[in-house]
Amino acid sequence: MTTPSPARLPSDTGDSPDREARLPEPETAREWLAAMVLIRRFEERAGEMYARAKIGGFLHLSIGEEATIVGTAKALRDEDYLVSTYRSHGDALARGTPPEQVMAELFGKRDGCSKGHGGSMHMFDAQRRFMGGYGIVGGNLPIAAGIALACDQRGSDEVTLCTFGDGATNQGTFGETLNLAALWRLPVVFMVVNNMFGMGTSLARHSAVTDLQRKGESLGVPGMRCDGMDILDTHAVVSEALGRVREERRPLLVEAVTYRFRGHSMADPEDYRTKEEVAEWRERDPIPAFGELLQREGVLSSEQRAQIDRDAIRRVDEAVEFAESSPFPGPEMLYEDVYVIDEQVHGRYHETGPGR
Amino acid sequence: MSELRYRDALKLALREEMARDENVVLLGEDIGVFGGAFKVTSGLLEEFGERRVRDTPISENTIVGMGVGAAMVGLRPVVELMTVNFALLAFDQIVNHAAHIHYMFGGQARVPLVVRMPQGAGHQLGPTHSHSLEAMFLHVPGLLVAVPSTAADARGLLKAAIRDENPVIFIEHESLYGIRGEVDEQDQEPLLFGSARIAREGSDVTIVGVSRMALTAERAAEQLAGEHGIEAEVIDPRTLRPLDLDTILASVAKTNRCVVVEEGWPHGGVGANLAALVSEQAFDDLDAPVVRVSGADVPMPYSKPLEEIAYPHAPDIVRATLSVLGRDPAQALTIPLATGQDGQRGQDGEPGQDGQREGEQNAPGAVQEAMQQVGVESEIREASR
Repeated sequence: MTTPSPARLPSDTGDSPDREARLPEPETAREWLAAMVLIRRFEERAGEMYARAKIGGFLHLSIGEEATIVGTAKALRDEDYLVSTYRSHGDALARGTPPEQVMAELFGKRDGCSKGHGGSMHMFDAQRRFMGGYGIVGGNLPIAAGIALACDQRGSDEVTLCTFGDGATNQGTFGETLNLAALWRLPVVFMVVNNMFGMGTSLARHSAVTDLQRKGESLGVPGMRCDGMDILDTHAVVSEALGRVREERRPLLVEAVTYRFRGHSMADPEDYRTKEEVAEWRERDPIPAFGELLQREGVLSSEQRAQIDRDAIRRVDEAVEFAESSPFPGPEMLYEDVYVIDEQVHGRYHETGPGR
Repeated sequence: MSELRYRDALKLALREEMARDENVVLLGEDIGVFGGAFKVTSGLLEEFGERRVRDTPISENTIVGMGVGAAMVGLRPVVELMTVNFALLAFDQIVNHAAHIHYMFGGQARVPLVVRMPQGAGHQLGPTHSHSLEAMFLHVPGLLVAVPSTAADARGLLKAAIRDENPVIFIEHESLYGIRGEVDEQDQEPLLFGSARIAREGSDVTIVGVSRMALTAERAAEQLAGEHGIEAEVIDPRTLRPLDLDTILASVAKTNRCVVVEEGWPHGGVGANLAALVSEQAFDDLDAPVVRVSGADVPMPYSKPLEEIAYPHAPDIVRATLSVLGRDPAQALTIPLATGQDGQRGQDGEPGQDGQREGEQNAPGAVQEAMQQVGVESEIREASR
């Protein structure tokens, strides 16, 4: 088995300037760090709550991928659309969804962002144009292209960004959707978050072409790559991709090379990789790396850095408290939102009689 | 009133809704330049342009999925799939996405999408192009399912489907595209989903016919009246979700007997569902168990004599009705199942004596599709005029 190594990086992203030169304004830089820390602390607590059976089902954590998530979200405009996967708590948080609503959804509570109908894999925030976490691998690509089609049809310059894992590049929708998006020149950025594994199967064992940024070439979609462990590189490359797509009206594929430090889900013994490999990647942990960079550059004091962490822990505490106190959905909500009930139709939508 | 073919009634609905709302867009394989495999969309590309009538690659799952995404942010896409069997390639987007998005995202997103497709046997297209799968879609909460059998219903229901806020599976029938029917072009109103049509009134037995089987049931009812003195009430539910069960129950309360006819498979079928509902909710009204008539429990065979006996015809319904009335099915005067080679069966939408098609090929679309495979598109276009 080929062992993925961080040595394969860093950035061969070509055009992007030096990382120091890419530093945003100090306040913005601190916000980015805070967003990454919030996701990290949120995910850690979610893992604890799962162990305490407060959260059911599957729980896919993003720990290790925060630079990819935040670097991408911060490159988007407010009016752009983000479409994500079943590993999407971080995407919702980065887009601005209150941690309370995300945690309440994990708890299956009424005040969750999807009212307890969706759970971990199905976050959504229409107001912030976070157009969903999707539980089917590759199922979100056509939907993202459809959103881009609607934007294009209206003549807006909104761009849709669709993230998916390396495993999704083997699904039929990858080929189908990239072809169609290129053919119709749709404003969509396809972003493969290459965390080196499709569940427990390593990239080299699931994809004949492991240089994923090239996987769209034959479909008419050029690729770019960023170091997904580096928020500055991710932000720079994704910004460039969004700008080009907005301007040139054609899709691009961006590969973010990253690594998840935790298992695929909480129910993952991780027999498919070594502790040494994980430890090696953890040395490139994007959060301390960015924190230290900001300190070196003099835009962050150690006290500010500690305060960012304390704030994140407090926000997550509040989110857990909120989720605990939010009521479970009542039985009257079982049938709520199956259909949009309006005047177009009448008759029996459901069979809800005795025995059901 | 004017007399329109079923396919032209569908086109009229598309044209009217596209003119009414610029958010209505059509997506599908060969719907534009080619005019549609069954010519439902012919002329619409010229009328509305290529941004609203979009020829797609052969990528069913992605076409439907793009319809889902576009619908979530305000377009009203109408996706055409060439046959119901091809919809199976899009089942992920139809079931996991279109049907569930409104629910799983807590009502924050709507999917006002229509997915149109024809179904049905009778054209020797074998096991991958001939099935009737409405039961599969009926099974899924979150979807609405329409199965129109007349030109007027096709137009009215398609207009309603396009205006509805829910994803709609709109199932047409390959054998009905050429059938003519009265359509009131002045009446622009959509036909409400969830309202059954009583195709024929009667007091002795209720026959519910789904999709094309509504017409076959009407033919059977004529035989029952003419040959057996039995007055059957024929009901076409027109939509399966929502279902106008009240009309069916009211009829059963009057007739006390019920036959359900579908072209699809028996296990887990529409007939099984209706039989269960009627038995549960009208048990005291029934003088006999509900009887189902369905397609044979086999993949659709190619060979004509086999295909003929693999889906219901009027004589099958006559026999089932006689049995539910406690009469000997052998009393049926009708000739036994024919081989179909003599063209005298006169089934709805089949070659024969129904005289409704004015010499038109029964299902030009199916023929065109077959011809397309041997590369004679020019003849196809010619034949369609």
